[in-house]
Amino acid sequence: MARRLAAPLRRLGGVVFSVILTFLGLTAVTFVIGRFMPIDPVISIVGDKASTEVYDRVYKELGLDQPVVVQYATYLSKVVRGEFGNSVMTARPVLEDVWRVFPATMELASLALIIGVLVGVPMGVIAATNRGRVVDQIVRFMSLLGYSMPVFWLGLVGLLLFYAKLGWVEGPGRLDVAFDDMVPTITGLITIDAILAGEDEVFFNALGHLILPASILGYLSLAYIARMTRSFMLAQLEQEYILAALAKGLSPWRVVWVHALGNVWVQLITVVALTFGSLLEGAVLTETVFAWPGLGLYMKNSLFAADLNAVLGATLLIGTIYIFLNMLSDIVYTLVDPRAREPS
Amino acid sequence: MMFKLTRRQTLAAFSAMAPMATWSPDVQAATPRDALVIAKSIDDTITLDPGECYELTGIEIDTNLYDRILRYEAEDLTKMVGGVAESWTVSADGKTYTFKIRAGLKFHSGNPVTAEDAAWSLQRVVIMNKTSGFLLTQLGWDKNNVKDLVKASGDTLTAVVPAGFAPTLVLNLMTSIVASVVDKKVALANEKDGDHGNAWLKTNSAGSGAYKLVAWKPNESITLEAFPGFRMGAPKLKRVIMRHLPEPGAQRLALEKGDIDVARSLTPDQLTPIKANKDIKVESFAGANNWYAIMNLKHGPFADVRVRKAVKMLIDYQAMANTFLKDRFFVHQTFLPLGYFGATAYNPFKLDVAGAKKLLAEAGFPNGFEVKLSANTNDPFPQIAQAIQATLAMGGIKATIASGDAKQVIGEIRGRTFQMALISWAPDYFDPHTNADFFVNGADLSDPPKARTGPWRASWLIPELTADMLKAARELDGKKREAMYVELQKRVTDEGPYVWMFQNNWVIAMRSNLRGYPKGLFEDLFFYRTISKV
Repeated sequence: MARRLAAPLRRLGGVVFSVILTFLGLTAVTFVIGRFMPIDPVISIVGDKASTEVYDRVYKELGLDQPVVVQYATYLSKVVRGEFGNSVMTARPVLEDVWRVFPATMELASLALIIGVLVGVPMGVIAATNRGRVVDQIVRFMSLLGYSMPVFWLGLVGLLLFYAKLGWVEGPGRLDVAFDDMVPTITGLITIDAILAGEDEVFFNALGHLILPASILGYLSLAYIARMTRSFMLAQLEQEYILAALAKGLSPWRVVWVHALGNVWVQLITVVALTFGSLLEGAVLTETVFAWPGLGLYMKNSLFAADLNAVLGATLLIGTIYIFLNMLSDIVYTLVDPRAREPS
Repeated sequence: MMFKLTRRQTLAAFSAMAPMATWSPDVQAATPRDALVIAKSIDDTITLDPGECYELTGIEIDTNLYDRILRYEAEDLTKMVGGVAESWTVSADGKTYTFKIRAGLKFHSGNPVTAEDAAWSLQRVVIMNKTSGFLLTQLGWDKNNVKDLVKASGDTLTAVVPAGFAPTLVLNLMTSIVASVVDKKVALANEKDGDHGNAWLKTNSAGSGAYKLVAWKPNESITLEAFPGFRMGAPKLKRVIMRHLPEPGAQRLALEKGDIDVARSLTPDQLTPIKANKDIKVESFAGANNWYAIMNLKHGPFADVRVRKAVKMLIDYQAMANTFLKDRFFVHQTFLPLGYFGATAYNPFKLDVAGAKKLLAEAGFPNGFEVKLSANTNDPFPQIAQAIQATLAMGGIKATIASGDAKQVIGEIRGRTFQMALISWAPDYFDPHTNADFFVNGADLSDPPKARTGPWRASWLIPELTADMLKAARELDGKKREAMYVELQKRVTDEGPYVWMFQNNWVIAMRSNLRGYPKGLFEDLFFYRTISKV
């Protein structure tokens, strides 16, 4: 029994150790960058006009008179006790801030990923099956555009066309003023909260605000997903089992969309997980153009104000997300690929 | 190997890629008729406690949340009148100020506004001594004496200023944010560790102003609700929502669609086309911000007043004001903005390359010199920096532009590590001493200083001018005082380390159905209660 438990425990210990090590590395690097940035965190709080007395007092309150190593150790000891401190930019506890801004990003990133996968994967498959043809060129061109188009510009043009000219979508922000605070916050995802509250109008308004930034982010992610799908599919389509399946008389449609794509999913899981991670990390420019109060904007503002508690809190959250997504993709990988379940 | 899908299969695949193509909601614009929606960047807001708030958005919001002891009201922005004080007197020696508090005033909580609330509000600013604390501590008040010097008795608030300052200075301080009257009972009910309610008041309000705070959602919005019991009557609009919309392009689109009523940050490229839209009007009026360059006298050449003058003659102020700064700025070359007591339209410098070269040669720099010009990346600093760089080069001065975040540039200036930097300045209250005390206080350059004033930053030692400036602050005779400031400004403009360039105009684009937008010089005068919709 003990022996049977030993292996999973060792594995668990390994995971915990690597998670702790990741967090230590993340916080250490962020802390050092934050402290050596040429921005004075005291000025962020007291402003340019404060007297020397006030400046010095806040300097000490922030612990800046201590060596960086001591500051870091103090921070870590507080984090261990669950104290992430207050953000100087919002005057609120960092945990409360992160809890407030993360759902906005989660909502945006999730829809963006859905669009990215639903559009990107078929695009990649079609490109691979039409290698070198016009369709392939179009897909590659669209992917290239997605890679190279400045998101800031794309956002503004999107707003101009779909919001200002055509009136298909709502403008910047998450909701119209008239709908503000109409539904109670349960998940923080306004679309979901509106459904839970049975408020159709709020739901459609929130969706109207969400659809354009999510489509733009989705386009950027589909560019990557489509390219990767294409290249994975090309590798699969060269395999002998494909030839065998076709020789047996299976329809090309079935061979491509079921057999080949079925094998590509395993590799795509990692791509999708990493894409989701980078979307959750916050799309600063998209959030700026669309006045989307998410994690990216929060981190950017905190960073520019040298608001280290906020930056570290958000960094730890992102670290957690990446670790979680990695673990999740490992698990899904095991479920999807029978070979991963076999003992080595 | 080539796979060929049938046309139907390809179509089916593409149809899966466009799940949102059918999306076409019935989008309706226009803000509610009883609400005002203002779009601007609100990410400078870090607190709404009037006892510490010193950021521009916060001051503007607090102007509407809290009544002050005295005020400049929206109806006449140039005339000092009573706020919570009905009347006031000043003793002959200018040291004792007595304010009679109006009867029947109520806070948002329903508590009566009393002289005790007013006294306590002033005391807490001094005791907490946050960023804005110096506004009151400069009067000689500190945490040990303020309770003796600022007292309430019945309906009377008495404030003793032992140092003796010009009454206009002290009274003007009573119109500033630190004279906001806080509901003592509510604040103390939310006090934590003897903080005078500071932590709670950062995100809540306890005032008697025309509006009360509903919510401040950082980087999202600030929502205010009308207070029907306001001293001057209920505001015309029931709600005011300030939305965080930092991107000017997005602001313009939202304004044109009618999703916002006021766009505060439009740039010239957006303002020009928007003027043709009949649903939108643009109002422009003078602000009180100075835009200037500061020269560090520790950087060799600038120690010579002739070099400083030459630099001032190597800038084409008018060309900038006529082109990329058009409508937003006008040339103004003294430290007091027009509209202030003591201000003067003294603009002695214009581009004069020959004159500048002559001065540089006399100072021993016939071939010019090199200088680092620090400027932040916010519009329009980069364009100003480039324009200055080009005209300085005409005189042989090779300026290298160092761009950085605004806080980074301020850090350089405060640390005295800059050579020349572009920066702007907003006054703290409606009295000339606010700017004079910063730009002309340079009797002591030792490190660390009591305050990092302009002369200290520029290493400009001026004990005599400083004494004159302090005399002006204490002068009881209004006419004499005004003349003293005019004289001070001329000397600072001619000899000082500052290259005064521009005063700003506020350019506000709004829906044309808006009426009564007050034309305030600065945030203490940005009232919402007079704004209405037709």
